[in-house]
Amino acid sequence: MIAAALSSLWSYWRRNPLQLATMIGGLALATALWSGVQALNTEARASYDAAAAVVGEGRYDQLVPRAGETLDEATYLALRRAGWQVSPVLVGSLDLGEVALHLTGVDPLTLPAGAGAAGQVAAVPLAQFLAGEVMLAHPADLAQFGTAQSIDLIASPAITQGMALADIGAAQRLLGQAGAISRLVVAPDQPLGRPPLAEVAPELLLQPAQGGSDTAQLTDSFHLNLTAFGILSFAVGIFIVYGAVGLAFEQRRAMIRALRTMGLSMRFVVVLLGAEIAVISLVSGAIGVVLGYLLAASLLPDVAATLRGLYGAQVAGTLQLHPSWWLSSLGIALLGGILAAASAIWRMSRLPLRAGRDPQVWAMQSARGQRLQLVLGLALLVLSGGFVVAGGSLLAGFARVAALLLGAALLLPPLLEVALHVAQRRARSVTAEWFWADTRQQLPRLGLALMALLLAITANIGVSTMVSSFRLTFIGFLDQRLIAEVYVSAETDAQSAAIEALADDGITVLPLLSVETRIGPQKVDLYGARVAPVYEQYWQFLAQDGDVWSRVAAGEAAIINEQFARRAGLWPGDSIPISPTVTLPIAGVVGDYGNPLGQVIIGEELFITLFPETRARQFGLIGGGADALMARLEAEAGFDPAQMIDQTALKAASLEVFERTFTVTSALNVLTLAVAGAAILMSLLTLASMRVPQLASVWALGVTRHRLGQLELARAVALAVLTLLFALPLGLALAYLLLAVINVEAFGWKLPMYLFPADYARLAVASIGAAALAALVPALRLARTPPARFLQVFANET
Amino acid sequence: MKPSAIFLAFLLVVPTVAAPQGFAGMATAVEGFNDPRPAPAFSFPADHGAHPDYRIEWWYLTANLQDAAGTDYGLHWTLFRSALAPGDTGGWDSPQVWFAHAAVTTEDAHLTAERFARGGIGQAGVEIDPFAAWIDEWTLSGETLDALSLTASGDAFAYDITLNANGPLIFHGGGGYSVKSPEGQASYYYSQPSYEVTGTLTLPGGDVVVTGTAWLDREWSSNPLSADQQGWDWFSLSFDTGEKLMAAQLRSVDGSRFRSGTWIMPDGTTESLGDDALTLTPIASTQVAGRDLPVEWRIEIPSKSVDVSSRPLNAQAWMDASIPYWEGPVFVTGSHSGRGYLEMTGYEE
Repeated sequence: MIAAALSSLWSYWRRNPLQLATMIGGLALATALWSGVQALNTEARASYDAAAAVVGEGRYDQLVPRAGETLDEATYLALRRAGWQVSPVLVGSLDLGEVALHLTGVDPLTLPAGAGAAGQVAAVPLAQFLAGEVMLAHPADLAQFGTAQSIDLIASPAITQGMALADIGAAQRLLGQAGAISRLVVAPDQPLGRPPLAEVAPELLLQPAQGGSDTAQLTDSFHLNLTAFGILSFAVGIFIVYGAVGLAFEQRRAMIRALRTMGLSMRFVVVLLGAEIAVISLVSGAIGVVLGYLLAASLLPDVAATLRGLYGAQVAGTLQLHPSWWLSSLGIALLGGILAAASAIWRMSRLPLRAGRDPQVWAMQSARGQRLQLVLGLALLVLSGGFVVAGGSLLAGFARVAALLLGAALLLPPLLEVALHVAQRRARSVTAEWFWADTRQQLPRLGLALMALLLAITANIGVSTMVSSFRLTFIGFLDQRLIAEVYVSAETDAQSAAIEALADDGITVLPLLSVETRIGPQKVDLYGARVAPVYEQYWQFLAQDGDVWSRVAAGEAAIINEQFARRAGLWPGDSIPISPTVTLPIAGVVGDYGNPLGQVIIGEELFITLFPETRARQFGLIGGGADALMARLEAEAGFDPAQMIDQTALKAASLEVFERTFTVTSALNVLTLAVAGAAILMSLLTLASMRVPQLASVWALGVTRHRLGQLELARAVALAVLTLLFALPLGLALAYLLLAVINVEAFGWKLPMYLFPADYARLAVASIGAAALAALVPALRLARTPPARFLQVFANET
Repeated sequence: MKPSAIFLAFLLVVPTVAAPQGFAGMATAVEGFNDPRPAPAFSFPADHGAHPDYRIEWWYLTANLQDAAGTDYGLHWTLFRSALAPGDTGGWDSPQVWFAHAAVTTEDAHLTAERFARGGIGQAGVEIDPFAAWIDEWTLSGETLDALSLTASGDAFAYDITLNANGPLIFHGGGGYSVKSPEGQASYYYSQPSYEVTGTLTLPGGDVVVTGTAWLDREWSSNPLSADQQGWDWFSLSFDTGEKLMAAQLRSVDGSRFRSGTWIMPDGTTESLGDDALTLTPIASTQVAGRDLPVEWRIEIPSKSVDVSSRPLNAQAWMDASIPYWEGPVFVTGSHSGRGYLEMTGYEE
């Protein structure tokens, strides 16, 4: 009996392979997008953790320099000689041509025994390690090395790919940082009588163990971004599955009635249907995992490039399979399948046994559902507005976006219903009236696919508006910031002096003095600026107090960038501590879209007083034309052309970094639109066979098959146009949220919003084209339906 | 004789091989190091400093102390130098590795600390004029070796003492050339056994002002063990008569013992004791850190009419360092009475 029931349930799918393909395809795509994004996130996070775990970041307190990226070896010795049980760590990027390894140098003799590296070093002859003769790297990375390296490589599977471990002496040598230490790991046990840190090394800051790595904090927003895209894609995929499952159940009503008359309880039928969904979900999930892996593997290099470009975070360029990842992907597929089928199964168990399979019935049944949808949609929109009040965090920002999108999607069918109703009223011919009425009747079924399309178009409009607005702002920012004609890097003090000497010939020399420092808990870049008229000419302030530049030049005030101002809540009129002895009022806040880090700009003289050891190695030069300046430096001071770059080239390079940053975003955007197109195609295909009875009547009244096909195509286009009209304001609302809420939380800057009508027109053509393309196959099929099939409808009814 | 130090040093050189092989690996000669030669001519203060062309070396101080109430304490401080290769290049690449142990022993506690350091960067080292031996903030320093101050601290104890020598340096074996095995392994070995000590111990219960006596050992070598030797039992004793004794035996796996000693007269004149001049016999053992250790001994030197038995101040004086051993203050009674230090190694497994 069970076997018979199973076999008859299965026979439905055998007769409707397209519906089965829809189900599996939809769920697999949804799983792929979700799991692909998860894989990207997992991989990037694993990379940070691996880098941090080398020295047990997070497990031990650390001493980090208050200013600058490294501390001096002498400070380390002073601390040890004072009793501080600390161990030096130097990290850096070891450039190997094509790739770079994240090299960590440690001193195994003083490293706390619990630090990750301690275990890895133990596997190597200590004498060789201490002598700086060996470096440990993942076996897969060893191939990247040429034979000309000055160090022997030892394969260690315990080292994460992209990482390398060596003695601190070797690391100093390989990274060209003699005498430098990045940070000190503080051992858990400290001796009695240890003097306070401020007495021995006031230039260092104690970072408590639980502080987490800077990298993870910085990149959180990016990963949340990716996750949001993954959820969006998954939701779109679930819409597809929901449609397919509902249809399959609807069409099997007769079969289920038969099974029940044969004595199967409804409960048992529900269990069987549930099991069926579970099997289909797992198969789809498995396919989705494979697709997701491929997706992630192809996007990872871009993600890695983005993270490096934006945050300087190192991510290995290759993907590793974590069991937790594919298990959770299968789980999410199963959950998605059950979610999508739950309402269909519930409805089936409630519908009267003898209800017909007429779609009109279904449509009337769902009228109540639509009212619910309307209420829910409106509630979500209100909620989206409500988060403004709750606002504040990045998560709240994303919640607003999610509520807006979901609410709008739920409102789409009722709104379309209204629009179609109006169109029907105004129709002048019978055919036209039938066309609109028939479209309305199909709406409940197509609604889900259209919601998917709406979300996809909205995301496209919103994200592309954000990226393009960002791009325009960024270009404006580059014009404002890159004011020198030529930028030069000096390698020696002599070269620096040669550049400074140019000032005697009337050339404006702008040295770039900077140190990394901390103001309160925040890591910021502190710049010393030689105030020149060009600054006053080009720089625009978001907020200012008095004559900014002359106050900065006098060492009486500081300029901060927008992200620092927003994060710290400091604006002109407030003061910030620059060093233990100097506190300056803020004179101006300037827009800065180059990186998410905070920046503080003070006058050159004050900077030199505070950081006498910092030498300017980069200079901007104005006067006499870029080519002439570069030729002169090459001829007179022996500069290599590689040390100089003119303004145009630098802008191009900066823009390239920018474009790369958004490669991933646009790739996911295109994929979401593709999923929506697939949703429409699948919905139309599954509807096609159901609609033969209605179309038969129309055909019998004299409308040709060819004309029916045309109308079918027109319907898809009409629905796409209506959806598009709805999506446009929604997309702009999304763009506003991204620019004014998400960006502020994620990066600390608020961007002006620009509109791009040409882009929207292109997108409209693409979306309508996608809908038309999706409708083409069912339309052609309809146009070629043998008349016998239409006749058969009437034969069955007699 | 400090075999634990040798063991430690060896482990640093070949960590993966040494553990399974134990002491057997110590006879392996390492290319390029100097070996001690008989009839040495020491030059001071230069020889108080480091000898980077020898594989291992130490500055080893033990003290028997009492507070005003007569409570006994033991104090121990050792700075080890272990060369991964001969010579010293300076910087992180230097093959000179340093480590150190400090301990305070009371009747019911044994507090220890351990340090490691790279030699080439100045985190540890020895300077000769004025004398200073240091690792991190631990220092043994003074104008000369005769007047020193010593500080060290762990997470539960600290000490700060001054030492004044009231006798000459003592040279073991043949003028400081100390033979360790029938096969002829040897080290350079001299001591300053006659320090008067005053200072302060910082203990969990508070600061304690102490006085007493201390014994400093200086020893360096490159290859001091024979292939079958597994451990050492070593005594440094000061008798109430003013006489002093260094007595040690090296235990071979076949059960045989190689003994040596130095008898020190109150005026500092010495007599070297050969293999058959003394015996060391365990008379009682105790469970220490999960193993049975002979913490009480009988020491016999017929030529000196010495027949004494020793008992520890604290039988649980286990140095739970990266390579563990037993090191603690002892008292002797019998034909002579006195106090000193006992070290037992090779009982790790």
